[in-house]
Amino acid sequence: MTSLRKLAYAAALAVCGLGAAGLSAEAQVKSPTLDAVKKRGELNCGVDTGIPGFAFQDSTGKWKGLDVAYCRAIAAAVLGDAEKVKYVGVTTKVRFTVLQSGEIDVLIRDSTLTFTRDTQLNLSPIAVNFYAGQAFMVKKSLKVASAKELNGATICMLTGATLELNIADYGAANGIKINSLLFDKPEEAFAAAEAGRCDGYSDDSGSVAAARSTMKTPDDWVILPEIISKEPLGIFAREGDEKWGDILKWTHMILLTAEEMGVTKANADQIKASKPVDPFMQRLLGLDEDFSKQLGLDGAWSYRIIKAVGNYGEIYDEYFGPKALGLPRGTNNLWTKGGLQYALPLR
Amino acid sequence: MAPTHVWVKRNLFPSLSSGLLTLVLAGVIIVLVKAIFDWAVTDATISGTTRAACNAGGACWTFIKVRFDLFFYGRYPSPERWRVDLALALVVGTTAATLIAPPRWQGWLALILLGFVPAVAGILLVGGLFGLAYIATNLWGGLMLNILLTAVAGGGGFILGVFLALGRRSKYPVIRLFSMLFIELWRGVPLLTVLFMAMLLVPLFMPNGATIDNLLRAMLALTLFTAAYMAEIVRGGLQAIPRGQAEAATALGLRPWAIQCFIVLPQALRLVIPGLVNTVIDLFKDTTLVSIVGLFDLLAVITQAQKDQAWLGMAREGYAFAVVVFFLCCFGMSLFSRRLEHRLNRHLRY
Repeated sequence: MTSLRKLAYAAALAVCGLGAAGLSAEAQVKSPTLDAVKKRGELNCGVDTGIPGFAFQDSTGKWKGLDVAYCRAIAAAVLGDAEKVKYVGVTTKVRFTVLQSGEIDVLIRDSTLTFTRDTQLNLSPIAVNFYAGQAFMVKKSLKVASAKELNGATICMLTGATLELNIADYGAANGIKINSLLFDKPEEAFAAAEAGRCDGYSDDSGSVAAARSTMKTPDDWVILPEIISKEPLGIFAREGDEKWGDILKWTHMILLTAEEMGVTKANADQIKASKPVDPFMQRLLGLDEDFSKQLGLDGAWSYRIIKAVGNYGEIYDEYFGPKALGLPRGTNNLWTKGGLQYALPLR
Repeated sequence: MAPTHVWVKRNLFPSLSSGLLTLVLAGVIIVLVKAIFDWAVTDATISGTTRAACNAGGACWTFIKVRFDLFFYGRYPSPERWRVDLALALVVGTTAATLIAPPRWQGWLALILLGFVPAVAGILLVGGLFGLAYIATNLWGGLMLNILLTAVAGGGGFILGVFLALGRRSKYPVIRLFSMLFIELWRGVPLLTVLFMAMLLVPLFMPNGATIDNLLRAMLALTLFTAAYMAEIVRGGLQAIPRGQAEAATALGLRPWAIQCFIVLPQALRLVIPGLVNTVIDLFKDTTLVSIVGLFDLLAVITQAQKDQAWLGMAREGYAFAVVVFFLCCFGMSLFSRRLEHRLNRHLRY
């Protein structure tokens, strides 16, 4: 009974509070989400309930992963402290509703940016923080360097039409025949690959990388560079708050620009102290106060992002690099290095 | 009692075919048990703190060891975990005391158990009062969440269920109809749907930005769902009490509420203990469903732990651990129920 009463009170309070918040937001013509986050002193960040590389908890319960690093970066930019994040684990089924209802401020949950999600769900796709797609992992002993050489090979994979269809299409397009062996559970497919029932395993690139590290001897397996389907994973915000979207988008751009310009978590202070004359470097490190004001944030926002999480390459290496899941950078490399990650210019 | 060899001959080798079957089955059991034993004990590893320590080929209990606290408390901050322990001790202690105490104390203890203990436990867990730090519910998790949800939904569902059961037998049509509709509605939808409704629809009805705590929503949904089942069980008990009991009480001049409270309900509830405990055990296992709405109960924490890239591929260990913990909890409740029946139905034994 008390919980019901509390509920009623909470509802009543919320209605009054919102009315007031709406008025003040109008007066400043700013981002309602930004105002709410600042007032709350905490960023509500929607992440996956558990997926290697993107969002998981270590043995002390601390959240880690590429998506989690983005939550931290946004909190560092907006609130000045990367720790001020409330991580909301969301499942596939509830993720978009939770964002629409305002329970989270941003959704960074290995979600593919698609047409229908943009138009029908009234969500705003912000940026692609990870270009994923169906990838292959094969035995090193096959001495195969490209998926095009997989003619006649048998690949273990999970049931579900798309994986198999993609492979069939890919084979047809390249004039080769790849056989598939289907399983219900990832563990069964791994075991079959381990037992030599197939020559390799295929799934989305992040999952393939995770599969590789569960193998008895991960070094016996290589991940091929080809990606045969498009799964651009990225950041979603609610539609109708352009200013907030700008902050999210430019947080991603700062991470990329930092890598382009060779600024890391370690050398950021040193470069800042050396008083760079390059205007791009000045903007990146927050030495150009007027520049950041247009975003509604203080001058040092971009510097704080780099200090909190490093640049994009550093984050990628921490979770997907050779010492972690061992997924080749491929499409996630900078455009200057043959990848797709391209930062819009800071001017 | 026949000597052992006679018993063996009579039960295991009564004929040639039966004897062969016994041998084959014994062989299968031995092979299976040995395989499990080798994996779980002989070849298992529990030392060390990293995955590299697990190279014996068997189970890697190190994984469970380093995450033990996480499995029990979720992300509840370590320095504050004594509060969870204290709350649990309080609930278990009062429950035990209620059972052991002499009958005239039991009523008071039951009142404390249902009224005072939940309030204290709630303050302990949430904090924000009496100098206790506030702990946001998104940090709660692990087995603690399963126990908490079971306690809240079981306790709340029981109280609400008793009212609904009485309501369904009420002589006022409005109350009777309402109780019936409530029970049939909640029994008619799957729990998963109820949880999704609580998760997806409630926020859409709320003014933008206003939210009800995720955990509170799950608690409410589980409580209402459980209440419907409890109500029908209690109604079964009420129907078993002869009408003469209530009539005799009326003849003595007792008021209607007093008849229910002191004459009918105590007898009815005694009869339905197995059914009530059955529902609670069911509920305990059902609490694992909250993982689909983003709450990290024990099973969700275990599933999530397998995604830690420093510990990938630990599904067997994780789920084996879950099996053991859930079995121990459910078996414990079952023992508790038998003890309760034994005690309360003492007068029926002859």
